[in-house]
Amino acid sequence: MIQQLLFAYFALASVLFSILVVTRKNPVHSVLWMLLLFFHIASLYLFLNAEFMAAIQIIVYAGGILVLFLFVVMLMNLRQELLINRFIGAWPTSLTFAIGLLVVIIMSVKSFIAAPPGMYSIDLIKQETHTKALGKLLYTEFLYPFEIASLILLVAIVGAIVLAKRRLKS
Amino acid sequence: MVPLSWYMLLSTVIFTVGVFGFLSRKNIIIMFMSIELMLNAVNINLISLSHYLQDLRGQILAFFVIAVAAAEAAIGLAIVIALFRNRATAHVDEVKEMQG
Repeated sequence: MIQQLLFAYFALASVLFSILVVTRKNPVHSVLWMLLLFFHIASLYLFLNAEFMAAIQIIVYAGGILVLFLFVVMLMNLRQELLINRFIGAWPTSLTFAIGLLVVIIMSVKSFIAAPPGMYSIDLIKQETHTKALGKLLYTEFLYPFEIASLILLVAIVGAIVLAKRRLKS
Repeated sequence: MVPLSWYMLLSTVIFTVGVFGFLSRKNIIIMFMSIELMLNAVNINLISLSHYLQDLRGQILAFFVIAVAAAEAAIGLAIVIALFRNRATAHVDEVKEMQG
């Protein structure tokens, strides 16, 4: 019972914060609501026995990505931003599309059939600790995708520097 | 015990809010934040399925999603800075040089 109540709080707060993120006029407010949203999602991960993912969520998203967003928002002209209309003219169309997508996905969630459970039961993860089990899987079975991910991050670093730096006068 | 479908419904709702934000906002930074919302919804779905199916592969996949989201945010915001430097605007409907 207490679990369901806590889940209800975190779920409702997450939905509310995500709606606030996309509807606020001031981008700084959007970023700050998104920070709260990320903390709530991290607590949902804790309910799912995924404490490493919760830590990663806070460190990478709240600590890394949101700071990046905040820096770019600071570059914008906020006074001009507050005066104009925040939505495009055709926003009712996008609202209709989003509601249609919601209905379709909810109807398909109902017909979901779970696969037979795998070998990583809660007892096994508790015995081996979550981070160790995750690391073992990541460095054995998923070693090749892991290397590809490092390459993607390298491309992102080089690409961000090339795109954002000023042209040198030649 | 919270049923699995609750998590999937929560993920669906957050994903659709992200879709709405991406389609309806003018500001390109808010559009990027909507993409992050959608990626987070997918992560909730992956991790809840990983817990209920007792398989850690879903969390590995969520791990890769976070890595790609970080790369995407870095590149996207660099593009926003380049756009802002050349056009002095962050609104997608004012950038129409490629219109035929």
